[in-house]
Amino acid sequence: MQNILKAAAALTGLLASAPAIAAWEPTKPVEIVVAAGAGGASDQMARMMQAAIQKNNLMKQPMVVSLKGGASGAEALIYMKSSEGDPNKVLIAYSLIYMLPLSAKIPFNWRELTPVSVVALDQFVLWDNAAGPKTVKEFIAAAKAASSPFKMGGTGSKREDHVLTVFMEQKTGAKFSYLPYKSGGEAATQLVGNHSESNVNNPSENLEVWRAGQVRALCVFDKERISYKTKVTETQSWNDIPTCKEEGLDIQYLMLRAMFLPGKVTPEQQAFYVDLFQKVTQTAEYKDYMEKQALKPIFLTGNDMLKFLEEDDALNKSLMTEAGFVAK
Amino acid sequence: MEAFGLLMHGFAVLLTWKTLVLMMVGLVLGIFVGVLPGLGGPNGVAILLPLTFSMDPTSAIVMLSCIYWGALFGGAITSILFNIPGEAWSVATTFDGYPMAQQGRAAEALTAAFTSSFIGSLVAVLLITFLAPMISSFALKFGPPEFFAVYLLTFCSFVGLGREAKHKTVISMSLGLLLAGVGMDTVSGQLRMTFGSGELLRGINFLVAVIGLFGISEILLTMEERLALRGHAAAISLRVVLSVWKDLPKYWVTLLRSSFIGCWLGITPGGAIAASFMGYNLAKRFSKDPEGFGKGRIEGVFAPETAAHASGTAALLPMLALGIPGSGTAAILLGGLMVWGLNPGPLLFVEHKDFVWGLIASMYLGNVVGLVLVLTTVPIFASILRVPFAAVAPMIVVSCAIGAYSIQNAMFDIWLMLGFGVVGYVFKKIGIPLAPFTLALVLGNRAEDAFRLSMIGSGGDMKVFWSNGLVGSITTLAIVLLFWPVIDKAFGSMGRLWRPAKAAG
Repeated sequence: MQNILKAAAALTGLLASAPAIAAWEPTKPVEIVVAAGAGGASDQMARMMQAAIQKNNLMKQPMVVSLKGGASGAEALIYMKSSEGDPNKVLIAYSLIYMLPLSAKIPFNWRELTPVSVVALDQFVLWDNAAGPKTVKEFIAAAKAASSPFKMGGTGSKREDHVLTVFMEQKTGAKFSYLPYKSGGEAATQLVGNHSESNVNNPSENLEVWRAGQVRALCVFDKERISYKTKVTETQSWNDIPTCKEEGLDIQYLMLRAMFLPGKVTPEQQAFYVDLFQKVTQTAEYKDYMEKQALKPIFLTGNDMLKFLEEDDALNKSLMTEAGFVAK
Repeated sequence: MEAFGLLMHGFAVLLTWKTLVLMMVGLVLGIFVGVLPGLGGPNGVAILLPLTFSMDPTSAIVMLSCIYWGALFGGAITSILFNIPGEAWSVATTFDGYPMAQQGRAAEALTAAFTSSFIGSLVAVLLITFLAPMISSFALKFGPPEFFAVYLLTFCSFVGLGREAKHKTVISMSLGLLLAGVGMDTVSGQLRMTFGSGELLRGINFLVAVIGLFGISEILLTMEERLALRGHAAAISLRVVLSVWKDLPKYWVTLLRSSFIGCWLGITPGGAIAASFMGYNLAKRFSKDPEGFGKGRIEGVFAPETAAHASGTAALLPMLALGIPGSGTAAILLGGLMVWGLNPGPLLFVEHKDFVWGLIASMYLGNVVGLVLVLTTVPIFASILRVPFAAVAPMIVVSCAIGAYSIQNAMFDIWLMLGFGVVGYVFKKIGIPLAPFTLALVLGNRAEDAFRLSMIGSGGDMKVFWSNGLVGSITTLAIVLLFWPVIDKAFGSMGRLWRPAKAAG
């Protein structure tokens, strides 16, 4: 039965984009480049894709995960840039593609790569220790009243988490000391151990400690609540977390998760990967992963993707400039 | 005794033919990757991870953890025979293991290394079995100041307890710290000392440096002195193994001390490397014959191997219980867990009992099977020493280059490795110890980050390092160790106050 389905899927794919598929497919193992360390959100996503592709036979060649998290991910960007014309490398990118060139003056521009597709959007949530204040209002009041600034854990310096912290300061007038840890996982355990008062981790990074009742989700930095309504903890689903705006803290930020090929690859090669990742987003593995990690499903490619990237780039640039993180 | 029942359940999960076969396959693969310098545990596990996607989680983790044990055992082989540490924590094993091999006691050294690895792991597994819940809450007590205090303790114990001249240790350590600063600084988000080079962005990889400093420089020295690996493969038999085991009880203090250090540092992330060095230094400190260390004392193999493996095993505990990987390999295992839909964290022990106890049981079985396997293959590995140097040397250089390249798939790293080979050669000639240099290169970054995060958190107040009992006692101990030679002398001269204090200078 499964084989029939696969055959049918392959046939539909063939009919839809017959010239592209006939024209090109990888002849050696494809490297999926992760711009972060082992165990982080990008790595997990890359391994999910690797498993989804392998289990559903979406590609003849194997896919290998290649971790290039050095220099806060800059290593991966430079690696992609220098692999011009190589269609066997695909980068799993996030907002570092806009931020890193601004803050650390890395000689990199995402327009030099070939965009394939945007595969997900990641949320940010304000978390505090389960023993801490229960609502955003109480939290802000406590932060203002504290004799020494509240400690806000995050990943990296002058990046998403840091920007959100600066905007929280600007909107509320409370002061935070931002602690840049090496990974979201570390920020999570440091919050549980009471070494920081709060963090702005992605849902996936705090999932386990949330389920264990060690941290509290105060609000999500998005226009609308997360859609998943299945109970994750004893009492709450992702959907039960209020938006920060509902709680009087008007800050929104979403992070893209997108696939890129190196520059100067042929349109046939690009088409192969657009098709491949479209198929990945239809697998059970992908859907399951999206719900578990509370990611927002999205699939953009071609001109839609370019438009999205340009807008997102402009937004990130203005946020970085406002936060004072652009290197001179 | 709930733990005991659960453990028995774990053994029941494991004892099937399929699992046992997977275990053997994993161990053999692991020893193989462990023997190749630079490939080591993390890379081996990473390469073989996709093989396990189609298995059920328990079989998969058993196979992967066996690759890990195999690599740990295998790493000792190159350290002892060729002075090339396969993994960061094998560095201390070379100090006495290699001289032993040169004296024709390779088999003895290998047996000692394997046996002490086994003992170290066993103690740590026992600890995991019975103290798992308590330990995970202990690890949560570690914030930036506590981490820094542990790193400080490691650095200080090196200066205070090392055999080499203090100023040379400090020079070597400072150079290491300097090089550790190359690349992205995570606290400020800025690049340092990269001079606009894309290659230097990554920073200087520790393993690349180690392969050059130890492996390549050793080849250079051997070439200069005479074209032969000094030492002969001794006749290896069950007799050698048994005689090492017979002597084992004599060193129970060393073994116990190293196991304790290993377990303690293992549950704090990144502790395995610190543990092996500390185990070695303390064994030397408390030995009746500290001068004999570095010249081929068997204790010098027992101490670091026991500590490294105790901590390597204990490092899996924070990975399972908190999701913080304690080592590179643990980080990849963590990635594997996620693929199989298991999220490491406090609930793993509650929700996936079969898996957790299956893994713990596999640590017992894997170690026993691994010990038997490596001991029976010792003759094969030790016989490498009989091959003429002219044939072995090019092979070592090639395998070093492959190792250095494969860490980050970068050609630049091969040049870096050769550069470090020359540095290592010069250091050995002018008598600057290499160990503090490598230690600083590994821990320098983490120590710096921990220090700066502590300072941000406390608003620049140094009192944070004495802010609670835990961090206070570690910091104080570190300072005591740093000034140990002076303190030791002071106590010594107090004992003979009536005599002129001629030792004061």
